[in-house]
Amino acid sequence: MTPLRRRSKAGGEIEIHMKILHGTRRSKPKGRNGDLSRGLLLKLELPSDPSLLCAVRGAVERLTESFGFSAPDCRAVTRAVDEALTNIIRHSYNGRPDRPIEMLFRSVHDAATPKASEGLEILLCDRGPSIKRAQLCMRELEEVRPGGLGLHFIQQSMDIVEYKRANGTNRLRLVKYVRAPKQGVNS
Amino acid sequence: MQISRRQLDKTTILDLSGDIDLANSPAVRKALLKELRDNRTPRVVMNLSNVRYIDSSGVASLVEGLKAARDVGSRFILFGLSTSAREVLQLSRLLKIFEVYDNEEQALAA
Repeated sequence: MTPLRRRSKAGGEIEIHMKILHGTRRSKPKGRNGDLSRGLLLKLELPSDPSLLCAVRGAVERLTESFGFSAPDCRAVTRAVDEALTNIIRHSYNGRPDRPIEMLFRSVHDAATPKASEGLEILLCDRGPSIKRAQLCMRELEEVRPGGLGLHFIQQSMDIVEYKRANGTNRLRLVKYVRAPKQGVNS
Repeated sequence: MQISRRQLDKTTILDLSGDIDLANSPAVRKALLKELRDNRTPRVVMNLSNVRYIDSSGVASLVEGLKAARDVGSRFILFGLSTSAREVLQLSRLLKIFEVYDNEEQALAA
């Protein structure tokens, strides 16, 4: 895994560990409960530093472009990942910039449809405290007030949004199919 | 993210460049509220021509600016929204809440 070093706003040096796996795409997409390495396209390990969000957006933009998403869908997936990371930094880690975040990007197929749709699955894992159900509720958009929009952006951008807690890890699973109808939020 | 300020009579133009995300939306909020609450500028125009991306924290900062403008009787105007920035305001159903123009000329003439 190649470390990408850069200066944080605080002046320290931080690293993003990036592993790009060429040639795995479309070869062995993972099943819903398959092992985590199948269909793996990209793995990122980074600290919860907001100054790294820009770098992650850049990586996701390139990945979604190469995956074959339309320009609006590339922006949608990038926005969802950015908002999910922002939520982890703000709510799971209370703004601490040195906590671990792991991201896995995988190619998946929707086996439920007659003509299986190819999709991009993104798993975001953090070691913060368990997320309370109330924190997953979205506010009404009719209210004109700051805050509370991140979950809306994630929900509106992705086909599947699932949250699970296992072995002390919060795992948010996002899936976007190249062409697919929208589904609801499950947790 | 860079924020620079221009004064044209009773109008302040804030020129922003870079992405507005969790890392720098506090700076945007601070600059905006300083103009509206501290300086009581009658019209604040934000140039977003060089802003490619705005996240939910950036939208929250803009909403705070709008509310501050309404509180002090000022106008808060946006122009030069990128496709992505326009999308987030549409998704949050805020696009019609803000005064938005395509370019500086239109914003200043409004």
